Amino acid sequence: MNKVFQSMRIAFRALRVNKLRSALTMLGIIIGVGAVIAMVSVGSGATDRIHQQIASIGSNVIIIQPGSQNTGGVKSGNGNAQTLTEEDARAIQDECPSVMYSSPLQQNQQQVVYQSNNWGTRIYGVAPEYMTIRDIRIEEGQPFTAEDVKSTNKVALLGKTVVDNLFAGEDPIGKIIRIRKVPFTVIGTLVPKGQNSNGQDQDDMIIMPISTAKKKVMGGGRQNNWQQVGQIMVQARDGRNQNAMDEIESLLRQRHRLQATDDNDFQVRSLEEMAAAQEQATQIMGLLLASIASVSLIVGGIGIMNIMLVSVTERTKEIGLRQAVGAKTRDILSQFLVEAVTLALLGGCLGIAMGVLASLGISYFAGWNTLVSLPSILAAFFFSALVGVFFGYYPARKAAFLDPIEALRYE
Amino acid sequence: MDSALIRIEHLHKTYHMGDNHVHALRGISLEIARGSLVAIMGASGSGKSTLMNIIGCLDKPSSGKYYLDGVDIGGLERDELADIRNRKVGFVFQQFNLLARTSALENVELPLLYSDGDKSKFKERALAALTAVGLADRYDHHPSQLSGGQQQRVAIARSLINDPQLILADEPTGALDSRTSVEIMGIFQKLNRDKGISIVLVTHEPDIAHYTNRIIQFKDGHIVVDEPVANPRNAERELAEMPEVVEEEEPVA
Ligand SMILES: Nc1ncnc2c1ncn2[C@@H]1O[C@H](COP(=O)(O)OP(=O)(O)OP(=O)(O)O)[C@@H](O)[C@H]1O
Ligand SMILES: [Mg+2]
Repeated sequence: MNKVFQSMRIAFRALRVNKLRSALTMLGIIIGVGAVIAMVSVGSGATDRIHQQIASIGSNVIIIQPGSQNTGGVKSGNGNAQTLTEEDARAIQDECPSVMYSSPLQQNQQQVVYQSNNWGTRIYGVAPEYMTIRDIRIEEGQPFTAEDVKSTNKVALLGKTVVDNLFAGEDPIGKIIRIRKVPFTVIGTLVPKGQNSNGQDQDDMIIMPISTAKKKVMGGGRQNNWQQVGQIMVQARDGRNQNAMDEIESLLRQRHRLQATDDNDFQVRSLEEMAAAQEQATQIMGLLLASIASVSLIVGGIGIMNIMLVSVTERTKEIGLRQAVGAKTRDILSQFLVEAVTLALLGGCLGIAMGVLASLGISYFAGWNTLVSLPSILAAFFFSALVGVFFGYYPARKAAFLDPIEALRYE
Repeated sequence: MDSALIRIEHLHKTYHMGDNHVHALRGISLEIARGSLVAIMGASGSGKSTLMNIIGCLDKPSSGKYYLDGVDIGGLERDELADIRNRKVGFVFQQFNLLARTSALENVELPLLYSDGDKSKFKERALAALTAVGLADRYDHHPSQLSGGQQQRVAIARSLINDPQLILADEPTGALDSRTSVEIMGIFQKLNRDKGISIVLVTHEPDIAHYTNRIIQFKDGHIVVDEPVANPRNAERELAEMPEVVEEEEPVA
């Protein structure tokens, strides 16, 4: 250990002698490590964003949407085919054993008025189960109940943004707001969720019973079929996502009276699977970027090897002297190896700093989510040491096996 | 087991350069007792440095035997030779061979890095060695801040640091003026006398050779003369009689 320390000191001194040369040599490693760190941070930032998205939607969520699985032009003309209904949603919850909750969902953008204030927001018409599926909680007041849905009660739950814009500090519970001139009683407010990773405000929403939403707020085009819904959201039991999807598909095929040869007139998608696929894609992308960046690390390593070879030649006489006074093969070997590793590690540390700065810059200027992880920093540190050992070994070996007499006589 | 520090028997050294064979040493037999002070002389190319390299375990003979302190050097590996150089031999070179940008003290410490001594004693030992050559007050000077004679004294201190049995000096005064040469010879005589260190040096100057006790003459890879010096000169006494030169060099302690 003492010897390593000793060698480190000698190495630092040798590197200080040629400051500019050492700095230029390190530049290769700095750029290489910096690029790898930045690229990995972009990759894990993207992965992290996907995780956040899953978390903000809720776990084990399955979305069922009307329409054919192949959404290519021709087949989408399912105008008269039966689409999803509130009954479908209820049947899924009742008949699929792997499903925990199911809720229909109809959404629409509307203008909301309270006294002289008005605000445009998104209206979610849902069943009470929706709150559990999406993990939306009540901050004040009460959620609505199945009874409210049945009776088409005009009650509403307000997200924080809506509260802030309609009620300036006033307590909204029990107040009457108007949507398309229809009065609604505010029975509760929602715990804020903040922005999602896309920068979308998740608190800019109003939740109400689906029956009320469709009859009082979104009436119009769909008069003929009060039962139709935009989509159904389902929460599967833990670990039974796939079972739930299979059960839902066969149930809906049966309910929609599809023949064996017919295509589905709905799509069942698991958010987790979508996210996993997306995550894999970003990981592959990140890996690709990182491996391109690591090429410059290798170029940096070759730079180190080059400069170490020059250094060995320049210091032939010194090596000869050290050998004459008793330096063994491994003494010289470790001296030059430590010097190469010091060079690489110093470059690596500066490269890590560069990479962190670069990833901050990327997220600041390009607006991408980046994430510098401790493992990637440790890996970069370790890897640059490895580059030093790998590319320093040959020059160090060359130095260690010089013939002492020839080395001493070298001018 | 062996009374002689150096015992050489029928030593040959041939250098091969392509088809060219240079027969640098052609059958040398030699014994040097412990505590000797020996000068090797001879024309350029006669094989002096070649012999010194072999004695110093930097090189191995092509044939013949060499025993240093009873050990057969011919049978040793690279790192074993390095170890012997470290413990038993000190080198002094014509061009001093000090590490630039390194203080006198650290230059003297250099051989200690490759021995397994007590690290806390390094500085103390290096200072003692510098004191022995009368340069203790210049311990933090770099070679570029020292005169040739002072640099050579640092080199001698370095050769002393591991208490060697043998110091080898190939033309140690070759780059120095005559007064400084005498000073260096004074140091060698003192080390030989007070510490009993055996010293073998190569020189082209008969004057310098006469500060030793024995002169070996080389010619074409053979020893042609090997005789004791009848009245060795005493460097210390001569220096005391010399007119003091106006120079900041300290007299030898
Ligand atoms: N590494 C080598 N390769 C080939 N020939 C060599 C080598 N070293 C020495 N020689 C040859 O061996 C012979 C003896 O050389 P050596 O250096 O021992 O002479 P020297 O007596 O020290 O001369 P000088 O007084 O000039 O230093 C010379 O002919 C020299 O050219
Ligand atoms: Mg010579």
